[in-house]
Amino acid sequence: MRRFDAIVIGGGLVGTAIGYGLTRAGLAVALLDEGDIAYRASRGNFGLVWVQSKGLGAPHYQRWTRRSAEEWPLLAAELENTGVDVGLEQKGGAQLCLGEAELAKRRAMMEQMRAEAGNFGFEYRMLDHDELAAMLPGLGSAVVGASWTPYDGHANSLALFHALHNGFAAAGGTYLPNCTVTQVAAAPGDFRIDAGGETVGAPRIVLAAGLGNAELAPLFGLSAPVRPQRGQILVTERTTRAWPIPLGSIRQTPEGSILLGSSEEDVGFDTSQKPEIMRAIARRAVLSFPWLAELQIVRAWAALRVMPPDGLPIYDESERFPGAFTANCHSGVTLAGAHANLFAPMVANGALDPMLAPFSAKRFDVPAAA
Amino acid sequence: MFRPRPEIPAATIAVEVEGRIVLVPAGASAAAAVLMAGLSSIRETPVGASERGPYCMMGSCFDCLAEIDGAPNRQSCMVAARPGMRIRRQRGARAIEIE
Amino acid sequence: MTIDLAIIGAGPAGMAAAALAAELGLDTMVVDEHDAPGGQIYRGVERAPESSPLGADYLAGRELTAALRSSTARYRPATTVWHIDPDGILSLVADGKSETVVARRILLATGAIERPVAIPGWTLPGVMTVGAAQILLKTADLVPEGRAVLAGQGPLLALVALQLARAGAPPIAVLQTTPRQNYAAAARHVGELWAGRRDFAKGLALLLGLSRAGVAVRRGVRLLRALGRGRLERVAWDGGEIAADHLFLHEGVIPNTQISLGLQLAHRWDEGQLCWRPVVDDWGRTSLARIAVAGDGAGIAGAAAAALSGRLAALDAAAALGHIDEAERDRRAVPIRAALARERAIRPFLDALYRPADGVLSPADEVIACRCEEVSAGQIRQAVRLGATGPNQVKAFLRCGMGPCQGRMCGPIVGAVIARARGVPIAEIGNYRPRAPYKPITLGTLAG
Repeated sequence: MRRFDAIVIGGGLVGTAIGYGLTRAGLAVALLDEGDIAYRASRGNFGLVWVQSKGLGAPHYQRWTRRSAEEWPLLAAELENTGVDVGLEQKGGAQLCLGEAELAKRRAMMEQMRAEAGNFGFEYRMLDHDELAAMLPGLGSAVVGASWTPYDGHANSLALFHALHNGFAAAGGTYLPNCTVTQVAAAPGDFRIDAGGETVGAPRIVLAAGLGNAELAPLFGLSAPVRPQRGQILVTERTTRAWPIPLGSIRQTPEGSILLGSSEEDVGFDTSQKPEIMRAIARRAVLSFPWLAELQIVRAWAALRVMPPDGLPIYDESERFPGAFTANCHSGVTLAGAHANLFAPMVANGALDPMLAPFSAKRFDVPAAA
Repeated sequence: MFRPRPEIPAATIAVEVEGRIVLVPAGASAAAAVLMAGLSSIRETPVGASERGPYCMMGSCFDCLAEIDGAPNRQSCMVAARPGMRIRRQRGARAIEIE
Repeated sequence: MTIDLAIIGAGPAGMAAAALAAELGLDTMVVDEHDAPGGQIYRGVERAPESSPLGADYLAGRELTAALRSSTARYRPATTVWHIDPDGILSLVADGKSETVVARRILLATGAIERPVAIPGWTLPGVMTVGAAQILLKTADLVPEGRAVLAGQGPLLALVALQLARAGAPPIAVLQTTPRQNYAAAARHVGELWAGRRDFAKGLALLLGLSRAGVAVRRGVRLLRALGRGRLERVAWDGGEIAADHLFLHEGVIPNTQISLGLQLAHRWDEGQLCWRPVVDDWGRTSLARIAVAGDGAGIAGAAAAALSGRLAALDAAAALGHIDEAERDRRAVPIRAALARERAIRPFLDALYRPADGVLSPADEVIACRCEEVSAGQIRQAVRLGATGPNQVKAFLRCGMGPCQGRMCGPIVGAVIARARGVPIAEIGNYRPRAPYKPITLGTLAG
């Protein structure tokens, strides 16, 4: 059996960010991953570092997202040492609203976010069509306005993934691919995992296996009731730079491809594409910027988000098996800063900070009806 | 670069390649017109600005991307040359043009 | 619109299937990207003159195009399939307009593509495939001007060299890359040469024709390289070099699996042909109920075999939809299967003789593996060292397969490089998952 200071199950954006953070804290880490073909939400993400939509009715999530956005530049600068530019831009972002009803709803949401933020503060502006059009060339008349905050941005999510793997390896982390977990032996502060024909052991373990966490968690006295939620994305041919900021469901990558989203479909573990959904995404894009109609779509995909019941992340530490932790979310890019720089040090220290208590899966325990 | 084989009657379709008129035979693709015009390459890649010419001529390699009648990044080997067609090299990423 | 049978591709398999299916009473549609039928092998054949340098075998394709045209099958040229739903829903685009067709059965007949030949300098302007030279001859009667070199191996190499010579533009050199050990391996299949004697005789005639045309053939060529600044200037190999304006490469053809992989049909690695091919039964049926594959897209066997397998798929579809009973289907299949066996007889010999050298499958570090994203074989090996186990992980790290060709060119190379770097058989390495749109469509067309 090979011994480590910590085992992380899951080599996606969540697991790798946490693994990287743990190696930076000086721990010897084993990162277990499946093979080439797996659900891998990390391959299907949009690349936003997005704050303005996170945490309506849940100020703790709002704050956690804000803190992650603040950690992001530090993480990006460090990862540049691995030879990969993660292309972070944090110059604000806008969520376009088509039609007055959408705009009114968005305005109300922003106002509620501000009210709930309290002393923490939440700065936003509602922009009208003319202000937007001055910033965004070729804006369609169907766009009546947008919500904008200074906190939003985007990054090259695949570069982030590559850089985290580079950083993890450079810091002495052990990446074990093709190692699906077959057997688990859990005891407080002592975890032994059979995977890929060998056994690894450590006093700490983090479950970051995305959709796989649902089955793994109970083995460690944890609960991670995540379900798949399908989203589809269209990708255009590369173009010269179009916009100064990302737009919620439209963003341009550093390479020049324009990504168009999105959808939220409850279809189980089905990753097939649906032309009707693709059509709906195309229609909204063309309404937002009519000139997009001329652009060719060169590829598209459908991927499964890791979705907790209320959409908020699940962070937990096991009471039955101290030393076991779990991290679950559908915002692996936005929360990469927090996962590497805040969550990982907590795990290294042996306990989650009380600020993460509201994210525990205990919130799903419904008290018995009286 | 490429020329009609000797026994064939004269090429009859006039297209514009980078502003120059070129006569091409019926059945020629836009990519063939570029080859007949003697251009050494048909595009510059968006990644590294590398010069590229057509490779497979059957729609698999996408190295023949050219701007045809104002539409960028078209597979020129899959487009039949028509009288008056305007063919230009694809220089890197598509330029955003908003009227 | 709901039809009985949708056929993707108007090459020999698609044309033969359509004509027979229509004759058997199926409401059939053939969809093809090109303006005219013929696929690649018979491309432009309807317009070809009797004196065509391409020869009688090529002109024979007119029988198939005529049969398609005179059948009741709906023929849709200049039409691209951009998505297929396994439930039988096809999304098509023609002339900028998107259309949906529902079909009870679908037959993929998308043929083959040339194996990418990743030699140093293969991305230089002036380097093309041998098939490209033939397409220019077929579609527009064009021949290369200046010094043309053909390099590689396989029946197409000698054929095109001879066709170019007949067209008044003989190549200055044919560089044959057949590795020496292939001859011994091919000799083990010499028994099949009798069954395939017609093809074997044709092959010999080609080589004889080349020598009569005065075309210099150099054998056992290794370490082929294309050199030049900004475009091809010289072709070099181990022990030689020649100034050239054109280099045409060929290392055989492989099934075009873009749509079959996109549909996630079961595929298997064929170690004899060194390619992935969809798993099909002897009617062409795949792992998905209503989808079949015929022709070179199911495995390389040539044009005549493609037409025969297309007919088998048409018979099977007709029986499945109740137009004929199974007894009649089986009866009519007997002569077709006999002819198919004859056509396939020489295949193992050719596959062994023209087996690409390992360096063709898995090139040196500095060679570009993904042309679209300009990723080298060395970078892929680096990604494997970082822990990427297959093409999809490599894609996530390096963007291979994300460019316009969506993995058509780089797929075979990436798979082989990963396999050799990991020391495992290529069969164990998976594939990219091609996604819709199978060919680009504009947002405006999609939006409708």
